[in-house]
Amino acid sequence: MITSIVIPMIIVSGIGVLSGVILSVASIVLATPVNELQEAVREALPGANCGACGYAGCDGYAAALAEGDVPLTKCIPGGADLKDQLAEILGVQAGDFRPMGAFVKCGGDCDSEKIKLEYVGCETCHAANQMFAGPGACTYGCIGFGDCAAVCEYDAINVVNNVAVVDHDKCVGCSKCIAKCPKNIIELAPIHTVSAVACSNSDKGARVREVCSAGCIGCMKCQKACPEEAITVVNFLAVVDYDKCNGCGLCAENCPVSCISVMK
Amino acid sequence: MIQMIVTILLAGLFTENFVLSKFLGICPFIGVSKKLNTAVGMGVAVTFVMILATLVTYPIYTKLLLPAGLDYLQTIVFILVIAALVQLVEIILKRYIKPLYQALGIYLPLITTNCAVLGVTILNFTNDYNLYTNGYLYAIINSLAGGVGFLMAMCIFAGVRGHLETCDIPKGLQGLPITLISAAIVSMSFLGFGGLAEGIFGA
Repeated sequence: MITSIVIPMIIVSGIGVLSGVILSVASIVLATPVNELQEAVREALPGANCGACGYAGCDGYAAALAEGDVPLTKCIPGGADLKDQLAEILGVQAGDFRPMGAFVKCGGDCDSEKIKLEYVGCETCHAANQMFAGPGACTYGCIGFGDCAAVCEYDAINVVNNVAVVDHDKCVGCSKCIAKCPKNIIELAPIHTVSAVACSNSDKGARVREVCSAGCIGCMKCQKACPEEAITVVNFLAVVDYDKCNGCGLCAENCPVSCISVMK
Repeated sequence: MIQMIVTILLAGLFTENFVLSKFLGICPFIGVSKKLNTAVGMGVAVTFVMILATLVTYPIYTKLLLPAGLDYLQTIVFILVIAALVQLVEIILKRYIKPLYQALGIYLPLITTNCAVLGVTILNFTNDYNLYTNGYLYAIINSLAGGVGFLMAMCIFAGVRGHLETCDIPKGLQGLPITLISAAIVSMSFLGFGGLAEGIFGA
């Protein structure tokens, strides 16, 4: 009687112990050499696995950093403190961290943008966008029901005068609003340091003027004024190369419709 | 013997497909069939582990459990052995075959406790392969067929789900419900293969 219990116990626990021993030995004998640098970097990273750096999670970025030749400033949640830590671990110069924030590329508020239709319905941008691309006359611009404000966890977006405005003191650059906007007019930009064009309308100047007085008309004055060649007009719309822009503000001074401003 | 092997292959692929007729391995079938490349990755990893598991569990069952009259312990022993085996394989792959390790990625540890893998090792004995002289070979062929059948079902279903993406689905059915309904329809289509092996060999 007792043997019918003991023998199975011995066999099963024997198999368990045997596999345990084999695994332990294998993990020691066949251990993959761990890159200590990579481990240290991984410890320093915030571990959010948000993917903002463009790598497959924090592990991927840590591996790339340990390999070298990767900017230390790609981690947005880590912020400026992290790059100093990383620079210390890796023993290299960090370069400047540019804090990123969301920017709404539209300045067409109630005063400047014309109204195409009187929208009465579900008050979300997503719904309004399906009705002739929203109530505003400009099909590119902000609808102003604040889908982005609703999705923001940091209370950083407010709809002011029918246009979403980002409070850069609160924005952490999580990119949630970018995914939410049905017009795709929110982008991640380096805050406090660059000029930004508050318009997304790529129609010709005359067509823009018909619908909105704050829209970019593609006059090229900013392009000519820029000493760094950081601003170019593509499809009748000024586009800033944030890597080149030094935030001097000459483009903003020259803009006849005042749709360019230095971000503050 | 050839006839037996072909019968096992046809059964594993079509008539007794693990996912579509035995309803084993449904969680990866629903979970990772959204895209074709992840579906293929999972399918290959499952095939790989199924064959390995059969290679190891078959001798344990016939040489250790059966002579001692402990065949009722097969479930717990097989789970133990498969889990340890997959861990060992992962360590070895990580050390020596890095590209394969990266290709299988997260799927290898995920399928440690996959019911399809345990299912194939137990079905080898439910099908009484151990009574044949070439039982070991049959068991391995069975696990190969089961794995490839799983891979095939995953690929077919990844295609179906690709079409679902663009469909206008009623709100109440969006997401998992429509996925399960389409899985049921795909599995019904495989009923058409019933009697395939018997028909070919006239047995």
